[in-house]
Amino acid sequence: MTNTVHEPSEQALIQLLTPEGERRSHAEYDSYIQDVDAEMLRGFYRDMALTRRFDQEATALQRQGQLALWVPLRGQEAAQIGSGRATRPSDYIFPTYREHGVALTRNVDFPQMLRIFRGISNGGWDPRENNFHMYTMVLAAQMPHATGYAMGIQRDQAGWDAERLEKDGEAVVAYFGDGSSTEGEVHESMVFAASFNSPVVFFCQNNQWAISVPFHVQSKVPLADRAAGYGFPGIRVDGNDVLAVLAVTRWALERARRGEGPVLIEAVTYRMSAHTTADDPTKYRLDADEEAWVGRDPLARLEKHLRDNDLADELFFKQVAVDGDEMATRVRVEAMAFPDPELAQSFANVYAEAHPLIQEELKWHLEYEAGFADTTEEGATR
Amino acid sequence: MSTTTMTLAKAITAGLDKVLADNPKSLLIGEDIGRLGGVYRVTDGLIDTYGADRVIDSPLGEAGIIGTSIGMAIRGYAPIAEIQFDGFVFPAFNQITTQLAKMRARSEGRFGAPVVIRIPYGGGIGSIEHHSESPEALFAHTAGLRIMAPSNAHDAYWMIQQAAACQDPVIFFEPKRRYWLKGEVDTENPAADAFKAQVIRPGEDATIVTYGPLVPVALAAAEAAREDGRSVEVIDLRSVSPIDFDTITESVEKTGRLIVTHEAPTFGGIGGEIAARISERAFLSLEAPVIRVGGFHMPYPVAKVEEQYLPDIDKVLEALDRSFAY
Repeated sequence: MTNTVHEPSEQALIQLLTPEGERRSHAEYDSYIQDVDAEMLRGFYRDMALTRRFDQEATALQRQGQLALWVPLRGQEAAQIGSGRATRPSDYIFPTYREHGVALTRNVDFPQMLRIFRGISNGGWDPRENNFHMYTMVLAAQMPHATGYAMGIQRDQAGWDAERLEKDGEAVVAYFGDGSSTEGEVHESMVFAASFNSPVVFFCQNNQWAISVPFHVQSKVPLADRAAGYGFPGIRVDGNDVLAVLAVTRWALERARRGEGPVLIEAVTYRMSAHTTADDPTKYRLDADEEAWVGRDPLARLEKHLRDNDLADELFFKQVAVDGDEMATRVRVEAMAFPDPELAQSFANVYAEAHPLIQEELKWHLEYEAGFADTTEEGATR
Repeated sequence: MSTTTMTLAKAITAGLDKVLADNPKSLLIGEDIGRLGGVYRVTDGLIDTYGADRVIDSPLGEAGIIGTSIGMAIRGYAPIAEIQFDGFVFPAFNQITTQLAKMRARSEGRFGAPVVIRIPYGGGIGSIEHHSESPEALFAHTAGLRIMAPSNAHDAYWMIQQAAACQDPVIFFEPKRRYWLKGEVDTENPAADAFKAQVIRPGEDATIVTYGPLVPVALAAAEAAREDGRSVEVIDLRSVSPIDFDTITESVEKTGRLIVTHEAPTFGGIGGEIAARISERAFLSLEAPVIRVGGFHMPYPVAKVEEQYLPDIDKVLEALDRSFAY
């Protein structure tokens, strides 16, 4: 049988920090991280470590029966912190359901995020507070929303000159994964964004696994290569290198702001944990596969860089660990204290305007439930 | 009172023109709606007045059209999207049912996505596959959506504006075989609340409930029944979701007989919902079971035989006969 697989392009993986923690210079992207000093680097490490600690706590809460489900992100911290820290507060983010690290960069309160997974809310937080949209459970459904939002930005910014665009221009980041990359809505979101030259950055975390299906079943070419088919740049970046992700995302966002249209970023990373707490990776991937990526752990890499270059001392790392534990305690305490919702509340937000069926069914529901309340009271007096 | 004679299609054009003029955040998006003015020319000329940023010729992709409309709505715009034909809405089904319908519930009431989706629908135009369908029940089953279907020019002019003003997503089914039906449009006095059904012909002995393209059929059947000495009331539902059961109940309590007719297949259709609700609300007033006259349980048939498939005057009269014979 003839191998008809398209040869991947020779496009290099952008890397500014090697897995050994050594800084590599890059002619094009160094200029995008010139402001990154020791304090910022320590900040990125702290972000990543707190995200991992949150992930660990939420996983534990699920194991203890306190969450219905959890979606671990271990291994993807650099991709999320690097891209999230590249955005401005005025940019709007459309996440998948695994962007807990990006959420941290947008100041979304961690305990609030557990409302979804504790079965209390289908939204969890107010997206307008931090320009961080709700998690979308239907894979890729958020992608055309991102393009549409960017089309709205274009209309709001009509007539702006280059200077104003650079200063106040807004952009959108649409997150997705190698799994959802095959969904039709990813295609349509990219076609529309290309057609209208919309300011949206498509940020793919290629974590190699769509639950149990490996990347090579999803695509025969690096995902970044697909951008050429839409007529905008696609770029592959080492997703476990927070500096490279930051630089590349900044480049893409600046470009989008200037009105030069969308970019596809493929951040090559690895889902070191299960797809969700309901998943069992031992059924479909080898320990060797997982171990190969341990040496590329994004936190270990940055830690090595900080230590080798005397940019952080032992006290710093201890403090981050202490802060992480404190955060985890707060997450646990606050999440467990959320009051249970009432079904009656769910009737309120189906429609914005009065709706006879909603009113009729709510009335019935309240009367029905009130009937039980009477029984309980009678029982109590007996 | 200033009335103008318009076709139903042109009444929608005029209504859209009014929406675009009144609300600077409103915009239209769809395939071929700009330069061409839509395959049915419903948006004809609007791009000249409002420009390509507000009358957007989109790439061909229904999920993209509805998905980007949702995104624009989240950004504060009020998109009115066009799906070119009823049978082509399904690539957007996911966006409509899992995203558009649920945005307000998922955001816990913080915001919704007030998008209007215009869909030319229904058969009787002698067209090819997927150009003659009536998928309203598929959407009516989804909470969070509202569904309208105007039957005449005056309603069309006002209801499209009411749909645009509504803070909930609205699917606006346009009866395409009635696009060229002329009617008087009073552009100063608004039509009734779009979510209220209207008794368009009073009667005493039986009630026919319908909407969209079958309203003229129901009226003609009622007229024919009059010659047999039967006084038949006709109700134009106008809103398919929610359904104004109060108006239907009041009518059935008076007449005691109910026929519901729509082009969509009978099984699992709007008629079944009406029959069940009216059985609950007016059981003791009913002189006969509620009878449904709808499409058969088959894919919409080829054009050469669609007349045998579609509810028509004779089928409605036959249903009336069965009701009176019960």
